[in-house]
Amino acid sequence: MSEPFLQVRSLTKHFPIGKRGLFGRPGKVLRAVDGVSFDLERGTTLGLVGESGCGKSTTARVLVGLHEATSGSVKIEGHELVGLGRSAWRPWRRRLQMIFQDPYASLDPRQSVLSILEEPLRIHRLGKPRDRRLRVLSLLDAVGLDPRHAQRYPHEFSGGQRQRIGIARALALEPDLIVCDEPVSALDVSIQAQILNLLKELQGRFGLSYLFIAHDLSVVRHIADRVAVMYLGRIVETADRDTIFSSPRHPYTRSLLSAVPLPDPVAERARRRIVLTGDVPSPLDPPSGCTFHPRCPERDRVEGRRCESEAPALLGGEHECACHLTES
Amino acid sequence: MSHLLEVEDLSVRFETRRGKKVQSVQAVGGLSFHLDEGETLGLVGESGSGKTVSSLSLIGLIPSPPGRIERGRALFQGEDLLAMAPSRLRRLRGNSIAMVFQDPMTSLNPLLTIGRQLTEVAEIHLRMGRREARRLAAERLGEVGIPSPEARLDAYPHELSGGMRQRVGIAMALMCRPKLLLADEPTTALDVTIQAQILELLRDLQERMGMAIVLVTHDLGVVAGMADRIAVMYAGSLVETGPTEAVFRSPAHPYTRGLLGSVPRLDGDPNRALDAIEGQPPDLAHLPGGCAFAPRCPGADAECAARPPLDAIGEDRALACFHALAPREEPTR
Ligand SMILES: Nc1ncnc2c1ncn2[C@@H]1O[C@H](COP(=O)(O)OP(=O)(O)OP(=O)(O)O)[C@@H](O)[C@H]1O
Ligand SMILES: Nc1ncnc2c1ncn2[C@@H]1O[C@H](COP(=O)(O)OP(=O)(O)OP(=O)(O)O)[C@@H](O)[C@H]1O
Ligand code: SF4
Ligand code: SF4
Ligand SMILES: [Mg+2]
Ligand SMILES: [Mg+2]
Repeated sequence: MSEPFLQVRSLTKHFPIGKRGLFGRPGKVLRAVDGVSFDLERGTTLGLVGESGCGKSTTARVLVGLHEATSGSVKIEGHELVGLGRSAWRPWRRRLQMIFQDPYASLDPRQSVLSILEEPLRIHRLGKPRDRRLRVLSLLDAVGLDPRHAQRYPHEFSGGQRQRIGIARALALEPDLIVCDEPVSALDVSIQAQILNLLKELQGRFGLSYLFIAHDLSVVRHIADRVAVMYLGRIVETADRDTIFSSPRHPYTRSLLSAVPLPDPVAERARRRIVLTGDVPSPLDPPSGCTFHPRCPERDRVEGRRCESEAPALLGGEHECACHLTES
Repeated sequence: MSHLLEVEDLSVRFETRRGKKVQSVQAVGGLSFHLDEGETLGLVGESGSGKTVSSLSLIGLIPSPPGRIERGRALFQGEDLLAMAPSRLRRLRGNSIAMVFQDPMTSLNPLLTIGRQLTEVAEIHLRMGRREARRLAAERLGEVGIPSPEARLDAYPHELSGGMRQRVGIAMALMCRPKLLLADEPTTALDVTIQAQILELLRDLQERMGMAIVLVTHDLGVVAGMADRIAVMYAGSLVETGPTEAVFRSPAHPYTRGLLGSVPRLDGDPNRALDAIEGQPPDLAHLPGGCAFAPRCPGADAECAARPPLDAIGEDRALACFHALAPREEPTR
């Protein structure tokens, strides 16, 4: 079988929290990413969904080299990235780009758009100054901004336009993979749709692969080819888009889907909802066994309180699920 | 028949100073709507469209300066909230009218236990003694689904999760069994599974207590599930209002239709491109003279250089547009 473009295996990222204890004993550990595995095929989009704090952004930051992994493996076309030193990372940095949720915070307010977009080209010594300028103008055009506005500053643009600038910056180095961390969450719906349509168009045009992070499942359904559902630092289910939305297997995925409000009064009122009780637990002190068990409406169907003692593995080939109920 | 709440021509202006220049924007311009007992009105619109300002003006909480209510009436049980003596309004607030905010910390004091904050409301508005107030506080916490409420009375807000804090915010709003609840994006900051809990709670409490809710949200899914009627705002004005089902089935305003077309939906065709609304959101300081939506409207023509009035169209529906979209029988998808 051919290798996937991106292969992530048992990836973890733990943050030491607080001071070290007496006699240098380590303090608490926050298990932000605690064993994440998935594949991403070239030119496709994997949607990564899950609730606040489940570790989506941390996963993203490890992938693009903004955090060092605690353990595990990240391979691109078979090349291991975990454990690479600074200089060995350099060529990869070009190929892996990221788009952030907050277009305001991620752009330097003192730089013109031209200089923001030229910067990565300059750093990576690509092209002569004149070529760079032309490249920036064509990037602006590609993301639907008026190239005549290249001399303007970020505050002169609306939120949606700033996100376009963020996208143009990510495209500048002709990356293979763009990690999009909630790129439309901060935008109004009418603008969200523009950006989603743009991301899809650019993918087709430049053969990009996306890891698309969102907490909004309707958005993910619109853009992803495959979907991975994350809960408390782990992937609990992955499948191709249509499968996961039509026949979710993990109890968490099911309740998540049933909680998404539909913009349709008739359908919305006829719906049966699985309303979860309880809150999302803390990654500082994750529950034993299956970490979903304190909220799981199905755990009584598993014999012998296994859910509380034994963590289910992510199993199942094309449609993977980590739940004792779906093991056999 | 008179309504529980009847807002007419509410207009709010903000005047802010930037160096020597005074910038004056009309945040809300001529807003009118009504609400009956037990009814939910979904107030929707994009960021900056005036939803929060509208709801805050009703209870006298507009920061002034820079804000100023220019015109309008808001009759609540026959009394005009906008013309009321501040002391009278303060008494109504927290009593027959209550508010829930997006960030529950807006209404919670981080330095006081939640028990202290809840009992205070009961002591002030219901003139209850300490013991009785504490009992009521525990009862309300139980109603909003907080486990072991007595024990929780001694917790501080930061000891609770976001979802729990929002429940406490709702419990506090409901202390005195208000007739009207103004809920400004009460679930926007929460995860969907927690949002589902809170919305279910609001529906349930409303059914039992018959209170009316103005639900401010930008989430059309939340409106679809909660609101009997919907009011759509654009650039500070109401562009369309009517029964939720009718408006969703057959939006008459190009902006409403655009909004409905641009939300990705779990039950739509995922392979179709979304019908984005072209252009940028309006800048209140530089609105065009006529219809504010004209620069983004596919159907704009010369007539739209004038300002379209909000006119009744059919039963309980109103529209501010010169070129109403043709009615549709089939749902928009
Ligand atoms: N630098 C850090 N140091 C310590 N803890 C961190 C750090 N970054 C993230 N965390 C913690 O790791 C967990 C996962 O955070 P992360 O930002 O990855 O979640 P997320 O899924 O992106 O959430 P959201 O949807 O809210 O963006 C959280 O509990 C967070 O507090
Ligand atoms: N304190 C203030 N000072 C000056 N202008 C203000 C102030 N508060 C609101 N405004 C103006 O009123 C307009 C409407 O704001 P409002 O908060 O009602 O919007 P909203 O519809 O609630 O938006 P959001 O969805 O972002 O909460 C804003 O665009 C802003 O111009
Ligand atoms: S393993 Fe048990 S607790 Fe976990 S999801 Fe499956 S049934 Fe629920
Ligand atoms: S009045 Fe004209 S510009 Fe405004 S929404 Fe109607 S058709 Fe469009
Ligand atoms: Mg995040
Ligand atoms: Mg608001």
